[in-house]
Amino acid sequence: MRVMAQMGMVMNLDKCIGCHTCSVTCKQAWTNRSGVEYAWFNNVETRPGQGYPRRYQDQERWRGGWVRNRRGRLALKAGGRFRKLLTIFANPVLPNIRDYYEPWTYDYEVLTDAPLGDDFPAAQPKSLLSGQPMAVEWSANWDDDLGGAPEHGPQDPIVERLRQESEEKVTFSFEQAFMFYLPRICEHCLNPSCVASCPSGAMYKRAEDGIVLVDQDQCRGWRMCVTGCPYKKVYFNHRTGKAEKCTFCYPRVEVGLPTVCSETCVGRLRYLGLFLYDADRVAAAASVPDEKDLYEAQLDLLLDPHDPAVIAAARRDGIPDDWLEAARRSPVYKLAKEYRVALPLHPEFRTMPMVWYIPPLSPVVDRLTETGHDGEDAGNLFGAIDALRIPVEYLAELFTAGDPAPVNDVLRKLAAMRSFMRDVTLGRELDESIPAAVGMDVEQLMAMYRLLAIAKYDERYVIPTAHEGDAHQLEELGCSLDVDGGPGMVTGSGPFGEASGPPTPVSVETFHALRHRQTSEGIADPERPGARVNLLNWDGRGRPEGLFPPRKESAR
Amino acid sequence: MTVLDILLWGVLPYVVLAVVVTGTLWRYRYDRFGWTTRSSELHESRLLRIGSPLFHFGLLVVIIGHVIGLLIPKSWTDAVGLSQEAYHVQALALGTVAGACTLVGIAILIYRRRTTGPVFAATTRNDKLMYVGLVAAIVAGLVTTLLGASGGEEHNYRLTVSVWFRSLFVLQPDVAAMSQAGLAFHVHVLIALALFALWPFTRLVHAFTAPLGYLFRPYIVYRSRSGGPATRAPRRGWERVDAPPTGRR
Repeated sequence: MRVMAQMGMVMNLDKCIGCHTCSVTCKQAWTNRSGVEYAWFNNVETRPGQGYPRRYQDQERWRGGWVRNRRGRLALKAGGRFRKLLTIFANPVLPNIRDYYEPWTYDYEVLTDAPLGDDFPAAQPKSLLSGQPMAVEWSANWDDDLGGAPEHGPQDPIVERLRQESEEKVTFSFEQAFMFYLPRICEHCLNPSCVASCPSGAMYKRAEDGIVLVDQDQCRGWRMCVTGCPYKKVYFNHRTGKAEKCTFCYPRVEVGLPTVCSETCVGRLRYLGLFLYDADRVAAAASVPDEKDLYEAQLDLLLDPHDPAVIAAARRDGIPDDWLEAARRSPVYKLAKEYRVALPLHPEFRTMPMVWYIPPLSPVVDRLTETGHDGEDAGNLFGAIDALRIPVEYLAELFTAGDPAPVNDVLRKLAAMRSFMRDVTLGRELDESIPAAVGMDVEQLMAMYRLLAIAKYDERYVIPTAHEGDAHQLEELGCSLDVDGGPGMVTGSGPFGEASGPPTPVSVETFHALRHRQTSEGIADPERPGARVNLLNWDGRGRPEGLFPPRKESAR
Repeated sequence: MTVLDILLWGVLPYVVLAVVVTGTLWRYRYDRFGWTTRSSELHESRLLRIGSPLFHFGLLVVIIGHVIGLLIPKSWTDAVGLSQEAYHVQALALGTVAGACTLVGIAILIYRRRTTGPVFAATTRNDKLMYVGLVAAIVAGLVTTLLGASGGEEHNYRLTVSVWFRSLFVLQPDVAAMSQAGLAFHVHVLIALALFALWPFTRLVHAFTAPLGYLFRPYIVYRSRSGGPATRAPRRGWERVDAPPTGRR
């Protein structure tokens, strides 16, 4: 057993209202630069829908992730090392920018500069790639809220598969349609196929917290990672010629702040915390023969942080005690393993993704309520979960490689919680058979309810900080995205055109200062009164040393 | 053997070599972030999928041909019984096919670059200069090959250019041998020297980091916060205040 720590995320899809706040704040923080106009490290998809980039789940076309070969070993679906090198001059399965979308802006100048005339001037869309006027035909969430679903919906790869396999059809008629939102970030997989695909060895998984990053200094733009990732969450910056991806907001996480997407989530549906896992068994778990066993195999990798044997092994493997404490309090471990209500996205890609989802019960509840039933009665809900096969099968294709049983279990737990808590709220007699029907006891159900419904900031985000000594070195780990007009970057060109020259590192101290400023009452740094004062950071409180001339005692 | 001969074939190659070596080292230290293929496949792949492999694989064969022609002395091939005619025929066949592939490939790539809006927009002046150098070197190389084939001037470069080339590396440039080579060879070599001098300062540097290590490394790469290949000493001006500066830059 080799214990490693992994930062993980759980998203509770029932709470997602599809407001895209996470996407927008993420974009502002990380990809508001030219070259990655089209890239959304966080995006929110409406399901059923084609997703972003279009039909990314169709691995027969995009060939991402791993497959189990005839000898029972894992192989990259797009081909192994030799094939990668032979196709390095033109990657045959690289998505085109139009599979994402052609980024555009509007010709706003016309609105003020147009000569006086009978017609109102209109701001034409202009391509951000070529600068030419363009017709806007697709974007990262073109089919948002089932927009154009009769046309686009059937092209959802999951809908296609369900239509082939099941006699009942997914319909997009208004009365029978169901939908939910799926926010997606990089999965920070335990067995990342993007890392395995990188010819330069520029992509890596951080040994301490499992965050998958691109070393911008070592990336040579061979673009194999884009193909390798089955979630299409590695993006090619077409101006710098380097791969970029979700960083799990590592400069924030290192100082204990949640990621930007979590912090700004309106529905508070995201949970952050640690998993402990057995790194020695990852390859074996990812290569189980039956795809439907992958979910269980992945759960099996997660180690119980309360187990004394695990704690001893973790200490031996150099995981600090405050991290172990964080692992014991981890909300994501509780949701994924203890309550077993969070499921991985597409385990059949065999990458062991570490962003988990609590599937939405709302399509079922909505349908029940529409048909005039009590949508919060346990019996009705249990019956409906069994009867409404299409939403369940759709969820199963997303989260359990098509096996409806685990999805059923999760939905029944959520249904049980919903109807049991209604009895609690209404002061009715509590029916202990409800939690028992889903294999939980009252205490567990209440604890799950607390975590899902009312957990506060520090319960939702249990993030151990990187140790100060480590953090300093991290500054110089060449994985920062703050290049070419990025956050905190001195804009300008090196001698070889745009974006050449060394990147400016993200300063961990800056984030420490940010956290301190957000959480403390006093002045910026009372510990070090001699510290320099950044006027931009000074919040007006206190009287930082050196900001004003010293008071004269006699003048008082 | 004139002064010009000595300057061109005795001095210039070493100047270029110095530029290549120091330029590459300097760029690797200073501009590792700019060290990339700057691929434009994201914008357009239909033409690229024909042109790029044609150009690159053609170029690899051309390089192998150059290695054979320049590094293996004529006496060696004579020793294994390969006659000058036979050698010439195979070199001509291989060289013409590979050179033509390279030229067609780069023609497709340039056409694509000019006609695809986003790709053209992403083309820098540096790129254009590099394309001029590349095309000139390929065309001049093909011309020398074809001149040899037309039979008018049956010139054996293995007794002139190759001898000179090898003599460069023992620091005793055989200027006389090179000055006897034909004009076409002189032009080709000069263009090639210019291209080499440009090399470290263009996107061509990606060739120096061909990812052969991929064949030998484990699939999943872990890096630790402390240590690991990317950890560098703090850059000048970024040292911590409480520690004595350890920067090597």
